[in-house]
Amino acid sequence: MVVEINGKSEEIPGSVVLDALNAKHIDPQMVAVELNDTLVERDHLGSTPLKPGDRLEFLFYMGGGR
Amino acid sequence: MEFTDEQITRYSRHILLPEVGGKGQKKIAQARILIVGAGGLGSPAALYLAAAGVGTLGLIDNDVVDLSNLQRQVIHHTSDVGRPKVLSAKEKIQALNPDVTVVQYEDRFMARNALELVRDYSVVIDGVDNFPAKFLINDACYLGGKPLVHGGILRFDGRVFTILPGQSACYRCIFTQPPPPGLVASCQEAGVLGVLAGVIGTIQATEALKLILGIGRPLTDRMLDFDARNMRFREIAVKRNPRCPLCGDHPTVTELIDHEQAICELRSPAATDQGIEPQAGDRAAPHTAGLLEGTT
Repeated sequence: MVVEINGKSEEIPGSVVLDALNAKHIDPQMVAVELNDTLVERDHLGSTPLKPGDRLEFLFYMGGGR
Repeated sequence: MEFTDEQITRYSRHILLPEVGGKGQKKIAQARILIVGAGGLGSPAALYLAAAGVGTLGLIDNDVVDLSNLQRQVIHHTSDVGRPKVLSAKEKIQALNPDVTVVQYEDRFMARNALELVRDYSVVIDGVDNFPAKFLINDACYLGGKPLVHGGILRFDGRVFTILPGQSACYRCIFTQPPPPGLVASCQEAGVLGVLAGVIGTIQATEALKLILGIGRPLTDRMLDFDARNMRFREIAVKRNPRCPLCGDHPTVTELIDHEQAICELRSPAATDQGIEPQAGDRAAPHTAGLLEGTT
């Protein structure tokens, strides 16, 4: 199905949020995930359904500063 | 307080702004801003805040200037290599604007001193380079009730995020805990385009000044992510998380902890293999400091 990932439309296989992470080869421990502006708990990534047109934000940790 | 003729000239471009004026400039002169980390983000933030006439700038950093810092830590000069960063930064600030009082702390920002430090300031700027410290700053500012301007940079990307404690989403509302050690690359490992520090640190300084002046709309409940390669800023809406371990409905983080220490203790067999000996209390600090911060 087609969903929006970080502002870009992408075709991803599967039906839950975790499938989108897997399709992009992203370790769930490396990101905070928002689905339609609401945070998805890490434990719920595999059970939160996705539907076409959903907006996903993968927020990566960004730790530098010095 | 009254400004001298010289000060009126120095700050004239601020005073001309109807939103600032003499009244706003006085607020800036009375402000106390703590910059945690006198490095990449801290350098531009400190320089612009000093130029703006912030009354008191607190600087905390226990590191010395390394040659590899100079590519982005613009407050330090070649002749400063080997000197304490807080001392080097203080000299530049005072040369730029003698109106500014610099309070230097040649120390690490840790659970033992964090709350006392933030309580002494009106706004805090995060200019550190590691997750344990970023989480500690977030926690200390929430517990101390102080606004925080968070910043982060890596490779060609940067992020800014302002937090008003108890009013807007905090860092833990989004990232509940630090990533497992080693999973996320640091600037030291992955590199960073030096100018990213300037872009992000300067936005942090802007946010701090807006908070001091009470003007505009703070960068709260939205993260500003910067992608230098495509020269694109994106705003990501975030909101307070009722399950946030710090500011949620049932908080589990109720006191400050040094995350690296906990990690060190948890990973003690592996850590010992790498030549790091977990030790109790503050004695562990120098070891973990070297490991996590290094010469970034």
